Amino acid sequence: MNTILAAVAFLIVAPVIGGLISGVDRIITARMQGRVGPPVLQPFLDIAKLFEKEKVGVWQAPVVLIFLHLAFMVVTGLIFFGGGDLLLAIFALTLSEVFLILAAYSTRSPYAHVGAGRELIQLMAVEPVIIITAVGFYMVTGSFAASDIFSFAGLPILLLPGVFLSMVCILTFKLRKSPFDLSSSHHAHQELVKGVMTEFSGSTLGMVEIAHLYELVILLGLMYLFFAGNLLLGLVAVVIVYLLEILADNSTSRVRWLPALRAAWVITLVLGGGNIIILSML
Amino acid sequence: MAYLSKSPWILHYDASSCNGCDIEILACLTPRYDVERFGILNTGNPKHADILVITGGVNEQNRSVIKNLYDQMPNPKVVVGVGVCACTGGVFRECYNIAGGVGEVIPVDVWIPGCSVRPEQIIDGIVKAIGILEQKRTEMERAEAAA
Repeated sequence: MNTILAAVAFLIVAPVIGGLISGVDRIITARMQGRVGPPVLQPFLDIAKLFEKEKVGVWQAPVVLIFLHLAFMVVTGLIFFGGGDLLLAIFALTLSEVFLILAAYSTRSPYAHVGAGRELIQLMAVEPVIIITAVGFYMVTGSFAASDIFSFAGLPILLLPGVFLSMVCILTFKLRKSPFDLSSSHHAHQELVKGVMTEFSGSTLGMVEIAHLYELVILLGLMYLFFAGNLLLGLVAVVIVYLLEILADNSTSRVRWLPALRAAWVITLVLGGGNIIILSML
Repeated sequence: MAYLSKSPWILHYDASSCNGCDIEILACLTPRYDVERFGILNTGNPKHADILVITGGVNEQNRSVIKNLYDQMPNPKVVVGVGVCACTGGVFRECYNIAGGVGEVIPVDVWIPGCSVRPEQIIDGIVKAIGILEQKRTEMERAEAAA
């Protein structure tokens, strides 16, 4: 019963929390640049606006694929916050990403295709860490079920510091923040600004944005899992990690795909893999 | 509800401007003017944009480009001509390659004359454009309801 309640709560509360977080993100980003920044509710206004616009798609494929992207993102969250299998949640998350890439490839724009190719590279960079995270949680708590990990008595971070650091690195890819905002950027000063999102407009882009809000909450939930035993410490850690992401976003420039992939894989292999190996020897 | 006026995204296109007006447009994004306060974003993508901001006069090379950008923007949309060149062709009007202002190719909603235009004037023009955008949205809704 509790898990069903949690799932329903996620469905409604997640976009609200995600929107507020990205609103605060935009204000902090602006303050870092010496600007005032938009109102906190700006992400909601943007999404509401997108649903007011005309539908201009020539054919239906991208719309359907983007809907599946959003649907599987929600499914991921339902599995994760409903206390389900962590591996299943990760596979649903990947499937959701794949639908976004397929949607970009189903359009005719070369910009969207370049963005989709880069999104695939990002997926290659991100996936190993997420799998290692699930394995790490299993080795620490003895279970893949998110509910067991959430109610774990100790602090998983104490045994998984390397995995945690590689997750922090990967979060930069997933939140589309500099230096790893290869496929699509929030800022209009990059060589490829909107990348995968180029061809989506109006309500279709709105669905992408909503999916991104869900994704934000899921990823921060995954970060929180490292501190599952301690609510306060977990929240503080998630806030600090997010502030570091914003700082990195504003103080670095985009790197090319090869250094990005190399950095991600080296960190994954050394910190994440090393952590798992040491853990298995303990 | 009128969310459109709270989140107008801009597409900036340099037709054949001398860069004077372009720099003034970018100045609007800097800390002194910071138009993101009003939810205005520079998108760089016609499919995401609500306001098309054009600087410079139209020449024969970019006539089709401007038309194409305009056609790719989803309704409701408005066009703002920034600078005297975008309005009439300015000092380049008599050049053999200049067709004149942006109005030669696409319908323009707001003209902002000046050489170069001051950021305050640009913001004033964009605010006027947002008003027109809102008007177009209600018209679009009415047409949809009638259909």
